Amino acid sequence: MLTPDDIQALLLTLKLAAVSTVILLLLGTPLAWWLAHTRWRAKFLIESVIALPLVLPPTVLGFYLLLALGPNGIAGGSTLAFTFYGLVIGSVIYSLPFVVQPLQDAFISVGRRPLEVAATLRTSPLMAFFKVAMPLARPGFITAAILGFAHTLGEFGVVLMIGGNIPGETRVASIAIYDHVESLEYAQAHILAAVLLIVSFVMLVAVFILNRRFRTVRL
Amino acid sequence: MRYRSLAQALLILSMVSGTAMAETVNIAVASNFASAARAIIKAYPNSTEDQLNVIPGSTGKLYAQIKNGAPFDLFFAADSKRPELLHSEGFVIGGEPHTYALGKLVLWSPAHRGLISVTALLDGDFRYIAIANPRLAPYGDAARQALSALGYWDSLQGRLVIGESIGQAFQYVDSGNAELGLLALSQFSGSHREYSGAIGRVPDDIYTPIQQQVVMLSDKSGARAFLEFVSSGIATDILRTYGYGVP
Repeated sequence: MLTPDDIQALLLTLKLAAVSTVILLLLGTPLAWWLAHTRWRAKFLIESVIALPLVLPPTVLGFYLLLALGPNGIAGGSTLAFTFYGLVIGSVIYSLPFVVQPLQDAFISVGRRPLEVAATLRTSPLMAFFKVAMPLARPGFITAAILGFAHTLGEFGVVLMIGGNIPGETRVASIAIYDHVESLEYAQAHILAAVLLIVSFVMLVAVFILNRRFRTVRL
Repeated sequence: MRYRSLAQALLILSMVSGTAMAETVNIAVASNFASAARAIIKAYPNSTEDQLNVIPGSTGKLYAQIKNGAPFDLFFAADSKRPELLHSEGFVIGGEPHTYALGKLVLWSPAHRGLISVTALLDGDFRYIAIANPRLAPYGDAARQALSALGYWDSLQGRLVIGESIGQAFQYVDSGNAELGLLALSQFSGSHREYSGAIGRVPDDIYTPIQQQVVMLSDKSGARAFLEFVSSGIATDILRTYGYGVP
């Protein structure tokens, strides 16, 4: 069965995915809202930057992050690599398109009309967002949250580059699986891999059921 | 019509390559040996005839690929374990595995200058020390043995950062994220870059010698010829300049 080390790796993975998803929703919502409503002609530039993690190899992202998190980067003197917070920063960048794109689609399909109606009823723009736009875009939020969470669970290359494989801090499940496979411990690799497979599958099923029910959000 | 011209082209190509007696030799090498292997190939007289391809990777990954049918003719591993496994599993052609180079462990601190002892560095002020994964990489295993022998293994827990390979451990130090690293001497030699800082020699007798072994996986004459060249005087001189011991 699962060893205590493997359970620790799984719990760490869930914690990383949960923290990252909350931050992704907080950052992604205003960003997606702005992208859905701005008339700025060069917004495709921002959209391209957000979509970059979809096409970049994780090694590229991980390599730049290793430099950015280092003493000559954002942390200024110390390093954020090899820490849980370093992984959170990496995950947020890595999973951003998976959160922003469904939210942007949802906000576009909600459209301006409901907000204009709310405005005629003297609702403030902020209240209109929370009371009208958010409930209407709910399937988009659920899709974004599940995809952000699931994608962070599956993160490997970036963590391999910036993590340093520290138990309880940066040794997530995907890294533990890699260690097991490389050291020929296939039985342990199988169990941990099966847990991730099932969790990921269940979450994707949830996304597809949701999309069928609401028919408003594309994956 | 198109097919016929393609067939003709292939025929001519096969005649051309046949007359030159040239062979393609795929050489799988442990990452730490890749640049030394390229230097040896440069000095190899037959390299104008035979096409020698260097395929770098971690010893564990290359081992798994060979077991699953990778078309490699030679395998220069970073340890003796994987070549011996391949030998006992019947993948090796032409003789027992033999040691081509001895790996040496060093402690690197970019912030220090001059000669400094390993223990002085380990007693100093630092947040992280990088090593290769002791479970996967021979240099990582040697690092664990050395730190245990010096009595630092337990006290360093929580400050050890583990690279997937010795190459990644190097990157952790080179990028400034870790202050110290137990690395391979070969990583500092024969490079195009100058590395600053202090390099402490780890005493040879506190870790099991890192015997890097090679095996032949096919009976190509080009592979055999290159393997013979690796134990020649020219090649062993290159090995020494790259920081390896010669058996």
